[in-house]
Amino acid sequence: MTATVVLIGLAAGTYGLKAAAPLLLSGRALPPVVARLADLLPAALLAALALVSTVTRDGATVVDARLVGLAAAACALVARAPFIVVVIVAAAATALARSLM
Amino acid sequence: MAVTPFGVAFGIAAANAGLATWQASAFSLFVFAGSAQFAAVEVLGGGGSAVAAIAAGLLLNLRSLAFGVTMSTALVGPWWKRAAWSQLMIDESTAVGSAQSEHRWRRYGYLCAGLSIFATWNLTTFVGATALSSGGDVVTTWGIDATIPAAFLALLWPRLADAGQRRSALAGGLVALTLVPLTPAGVPILASTLGVLAGGQRRREPEPATT
Repeated sequence: MTATVVLIGLAAGTYGLKAAAPLLLSGRALPPVVARLADLLPAALLAALALVSTVTRDGATVVDARLVGLAAAACALVARAPFIVVVIVAAAATALARSLM
Repeated sequence: MAVTPFGVAFGIAAANAGLATWQASAFSLFVFAGSAQFAAVEVLGGGGSAVAAIAAGLLLNLRSLAFGVTMSTALVGPWWKRAAWSQLMIDESTAVGSAQSEHRWRRYGYLCAGLSIFATWNLTTFVGATALSSGGDVVTTWGIDATIPAAFLALLWPRLADAGQRRSALAGGLVALTLVPLTPAGVPILASTLGVLAGGQRRREPEPATT
């Protein structure tokens, strides 16, 4: 149920953001402050999401083998690996660390 | 075709967070914004409220507003056409479209990139969501739970080339980690938006990141 509420709310809100300029703004620019914030927000949010999804499970703080997976993913990214390789390396490193612990 | 593994990963993340296959597919059809879909599903799976999940997704998508401004001069026509085209407003379609010089080719590039990614994204979401319906121990035994933080890190990575973005990411990450043990699920993600204050002064127009 909650998932369906999120689905409807996020779909409507996202569409509003996508369509605002083509439907209403035609030609005008965003205020520089808004443009700069919109440019910087994803970095802050994605970093938070990466870290929080590493150290939580079902709402509780849990430090486990996923930390090894995240470190392995970072190494793969430094080595310029494509997305699929990064994700597989993270899963494999986590599975390996779990089997050793 | 870089979206193929990402779509499968989203389907898996959605199933992992307890969403039904039709819900995962509806996200990809009606939201159609990769990182926001991941964020909403992650907050939901972590036990966050609906409001927190929607807010996390929308904040991540605030950049679509800037993409719309970039593309609006090329997306001309009757309102119903502009309304339909707008659903394809993502990083990749804006990147391809804005790389062309003439308005007609900007629109053509935007639509071609947008439509091909829309088709791939929805197909691969479905594959990922159905692949994990077995659920349970498979997720931890194979380390599938670690693919979600890895996906977020991979999305973040290309942004880190810029110093302001690095400060924003570092501050956002620290705020969120500090709040994790103290606040209800979902709040640390929303509070991480304070990280932009560390990002510093404006330097250029936002550019779409190619993932």
